[in-house]
Amino acid sequence: MSYYVLLALGLNVVVGYAGLLDLGYVGFFAIGAYGTALLTSKDSVLYSHTGWAWLAAAPVALAATMLAGLILGWPTLRLRGDYLAIVTLGFAEIIRIVATNTNTLRGDRGFTELPHPPGSAGGKPIFGVTDATPYFWLGLVVIIAVVFGVRNLDRSRVGRSWLAIREDEEAAEIMGVRTTKFKLWAFSVGAFIGGLGGVLFAGEQGFINSSTFVLQFSILVLAGVVMGGSGNMAGAILGGALISYIPDRLRGISVGGTDLYEYRFAMFGVIIIVIMILRPQGLIPSRRRAMELKDREKEVAPL
Amino acid sequence: MSEPHIETPEELDRENARPVDQPAPTGGTGGEDPGVRDPDVLLEVDHVTLRFGGVVALNDVSFSLRKGEIFGLIGPNGAGKTTCFNAMTGVYRPTSGGIRFNGESIVGKKKHEITRGGIARTFQNVRLFPEMTALENVMVGADAHHKTSVPSALFRLPRHWREERSGRERSLELLRFVGIVHRAGDVSRNLSYGEQRRLEIARALATNPTLLCLDEPAAGFNPAEKVELLQLIRRIRDRGVTVLLIEHDMRLVMGVTDRIVVLEFGKKIAEGTPAEVRDNPAVVAAYLGVPTDAA
Repeated sequence: MSYYVLLALGLNVVVGYAGLLDLGYVGFFAIGAYGTALLTSKDSVLYSHTGWAWLAAAPVALAATMLAGLILGWPTLRLRGDYLAIVTLGFAEIIRIVATNTNTLRGDRGFTELPHPPGSAGGKPIFGVTDATPYFWLGLVVIIAVVFGVRNLDRSRVGRSWLAIREDEEAAEIMGVRTTKFKLWAFSVGAFIGGLGGVLFAGEQGFINSSTFVLQFSILVLAGVVMGGSGNMAGAILGGALISYIPDRLRGISVGGTDLYEYRFAMFGVIIIVIMILRPQGLIPSRRRAMELKDREKEVAPL
Repeated sequence: MSEPHIETPEELDRENARPVDQPAPTGGTGGEDPGVRDPDVLLEVDHVTLRFGGVVALNDVSFSLRKGEIFGLIGPNGAGKTTCFNAMTGVYRPTSGGIRFNGESIVGKKKHEITRGGIARTFQNVRLFPEMTALENVMVGADAHHKTSVPSALFRLPRHWREERSGRERSLELLRFVGIVHRAGDVSRNLSYGEQRRLEIARALATNPTLLCLDEPAAGFNPAEKVELLQLIRRIRDRGVTVLLIEHDMRLVMGVTDRIVVLEFGKKIAEGTPAEVRDNPAVVAAYLGVPTDAA
């Protein structure tokens, strides 16, 4: 669950703050997870050289994710709106397809026996396979750190520049905002947080393969952000929690012989439509966005 | 550059060395002679032509602005005034000709570089950041000279605090200067039209310009508001900022400017003091039409 929330927080920076529609956000999650796997798993081609511990692999995997954010961002951030969305969608698919079809990334077979985070208590490792509680706390600590970091960015020149870019990119540039620089920052901060989710995911699951990183995952996270309230961290956290909680809640409830879990995407579709009708600013809207939508209503109403 | 840069630094005083109230001695000293550089010249538009496909939006236009003056750019609708602004602020690149600011060519420079170089502008149709507060809007302008980026903001390094504090103080001072400091905390889309126009001026001034370009700042203003605007423009000049004004309202232009260039169909048809321009038959024809012209 923690990585859903992390992904929602990271995507919120890209989509909610800077206004860059990224449909391939799972790509960064994948790079974080695969980076960890390549450096730690005994299935990795690098194992004879590396075979590192999880904690040692994490910073390298995160750096790779940020780099990927820059590499994707550099040529594509001159695109706007829909075009950027299509390119990012392609990016995530490329990552997935490469992972499926190359021997190095092991496709469906995946990487097994990834090491867990370090630490032991009373001679037994804290992070094991059976008990999920330590992962919950680890996730919570990471989420809190991310929330503080993003909040610091939001309430600074960086956050102002992101908002200005979202509002009117050309006007922002004419007012002296280095638009390319701050869009790249938004992308790599988002990539970093997504990669963090991937690193945690790899450490908890102990196994990853290419079928984890499907397109629906990106869409799901985006749905979470929009549902919770784009441009607002509390909203993004709630959205991230919901997209992880609802499917799990549905699991095991069977209707007419089919597990409701199979219908989860259909249900999300319905939920999002309902939310967009009843509460378009999201469940916990950002102060600004709520105001904007209300004003638009006012503008439309008298007609 | 981002050191405590409060009002009227020495450079501005230096620019004010020439008595600014004195109207320019002669008209017609455009950028025709790029070889000799007059140290009083702030901006030179030098034989600029700008084509969009078959349309010639600017045709061999030359003029130059002196430091500390209020300069008017007028002409009927579609004459190329805003296009000229856009060429000066890097939105369009001239097809031919040069634009020099402080003696340095700005053709091909990025928009944000030109802004940091000292040219600020407002827009004909107000283009604020509607969801941000008035103060935040101005702070975006003040940020033009700040250096804080992700690392200093993330770890709250001293530079972040220093720039945040000075930017906020400067922005509040500018909001006070344009007379809307009481709306500082309000989201800018909720400001009245007149307040939004003032806010745009404050945001542009926050970039600490030596040249401020105002694109029809009085559009939609009533006479009382126009008078206030006129005073504001004079006060901006008194801060040491050269002002370039695009305006339709002839009375406003005549009342405040030191010199005027008149454009029609992308060509310069007149240049001079307000009095000279007013009596110029070509200008009268451009604004009122020539009665004998067969339709």
